[in-house]
Amino acid sequence: MLSLDKLQSTGKKATRDGFGAGLKAAGDKHDNVIMLTADLRGSMKSEDFINTYPDRFIQCGISEANMMGVAAGLATSGKIPMTTTFANFSTGRVYDQIRQSIAYSDKNVKICASHAGLTLGEDGATHQILEDIGMMRMLPGMTVINPCDYNQTKAAVQAIAEHHGPVYLRFGRPGWPIFIPEDQKFEIGKALHLNEGSDVSIFATGHLVWHAVEAARELEAEGISVDLINIHTIKPLDEAAVIASAKKTGAVVSCEEHNKYGGLGSAIAECLSKSAPTFQEFVATDDTFGESGKAADLLDKYGLGIKDIVAAAKRAMAKK
Amino acid sequence: MADIQELQRIASQVRRDIIRQVHLCQSGHPGGSLGNADLLTALYFEVMENDPSFNMEGKGEDIFLLSNGHISPVFYSVLAHRGYFPVKELATFRQINSRVQGHPTTHEGLPGIRIASGSLGQGPSVACGMALAKRMDGDDKTVFVLTGDGEQQEGQIWEAALFAPHNKLDNLVLIIDDNGQQIDGPTEEVLKLGSFEEKYKAFGWDIMHMDGNDMAETVKVLKEAQAKRNGKPTCIVMKTEMGKGVDYMEGTHKWHGKAPNDELAEKALAQLEETLGDFPA
Repeated sequence: MLSLDKLQSTGKKATRDGFGAGLKAAGDKHDNVIMLTADLRGSMKSEDFINTYPDRFIQCGISEANMMGVAAGLATSGKIPMTTTFANFSTGRVYDQIRQSIAYSDKNVKICASHAGLTLGEDGATHQILEDIGMMRMLPGMTVINPCDYNQTKAAVQAIAEHHGPVYLRFGRPGWPIFIPEDQKFEIGKALHLNEGSDVSIFATGHLVWHAVEAARELEAEGISVDLINIHTIKPLDEAAVIASAKKTGAVVSCEEHNKYGGLGSAIAECLSKSAPTFQEFVATDDTFGESGKAADLLDKYGLGIKDIVAAAKRAMAKK
Repeated sequence: MADIQELQRIASQVRRDIIRQVHLCQSGHPGGSLGNADLLTALYFEVMENDPSFNMEGKGEDIFLLSNGHISPVFYSVLAHRGYFPVKELATFRQINSRVQGHPTTHEGLPGIRIASGSLGQGPSVACGMALAKRMDGDDKTVFVLTGDGEQQEGQIWEAALFAPHNKLDNLVLIIDDNGQQIDGPTEEVLKLGSFEEKYKAFGWDIMHMDGNDMAETVKVLKEAQAKRNGKPTCIVMKTEMGKGVDYMEGTHKWHGKAPNDELAEKALAQLEETLGDFPA
């Protein structure tokens, strides 16, 4: 059982580095894993895979729509294609291709999306997608995963290679604390309990899990007991874990690097409203586009900082 | 040697099936379907090695993908007569609880369908993926994909047009149904397409031409394209007549997506010989 004292940063690496490491491991195990990219191989930290398996790397050029179709064709033929580009170009740009050629066609394609959210940083709002979880979550049959650190991303890539069906795997650009134990098992659809508590439930995904860990430490120092749960798989949601925690604490905070509409917070609210209505605070972007800046400054400005989670937890508890 | 007369007899039944499917549910796209009856008959009954017991991966088989999914009636009829699924299922076209959906889909498990299509422009990309996989697997069979001419207005088409020659996909054959019509009118009026030959040549494809309503020529050209392995993908610019075989539907876009009423359906069927037996309505 994990707990806050065990969740210490052992250094920093980007989740996209975790993707590259996981891809290599999945490629070693499955000779039908194929990597595709749309002129962003350098950003995907996958040179190890590409150099080891050059014949299983497909450069598509700046043609994301075609890449999705090629992946669907490869999957039809029994391959396990993993498409790679930025999250913006992995979703909004190619929504219809994913919808028809992948999701509706039941293809075993893994859409691996880097540079998601505000933490992409200086490139600004054209590249900072904050709607992707919502779009992908709405597609019937699509599994949606947003791992939180290098180790979890590495494990997630290996897990999705073993899972049959379309998957959206979302990760990011910046160096980020590594705090999930390297040997922690990754189970698609199973929430990861990070700390046992009784006053407030904090559900977090992606980069904001680290902020939630730090916020929980502050709250605990103030005598507030935090039930901290990492929802790495947003769809299918581990409803049992969400409901059990909400019933226990009666106050819920959701944390994500995504718009407040359509993402993790929405998924939790939809779940709880059916069987355990609970006051909920949303730590998410407030229906806005992002802007250029450093990742840490952006998270702070857009209300996704540690202090924002602490404040949200207190607001949720005050409504009990 | 191909028995051209026998293929023409099958195509006649396919055309009857198209009219009857669309008439029964008063919905669907008869024009382009009629124009492509000869092509699909030639592919499935003569040119392609294909196994009606159907497995999705199609290893060791030639593959056909329909990108312009709205001409589903011709696809369904040919697949059914080839033995992929019972011919009587054609009566459920576009009806609720049917595997024979308005546009082809894998989702209902209809044998013979490998990709959903309907939203246009996506088939050639999928075909590129299947052609790549065949090469990776040492499978020397061919992937055919059909698009409409209006469909060539989609941007994704030209992404695939770059991808296939770059990857030397000489096991890929793209067929463009050059009937000059789309829903809103002649392609010349809606959005000029110019010369497919010049465009695809410039992209690095081999070009072939055929009259897709001449069965002997269609079989001959398809077989040549299928046998060709020279490092380049092949684009066949195929002339067809929309509505071919039904006089009042020929050469106009008006029957692109419109079903005939009882009287006109009867008039159409009177022009098409029943050769393999009609499916029960």
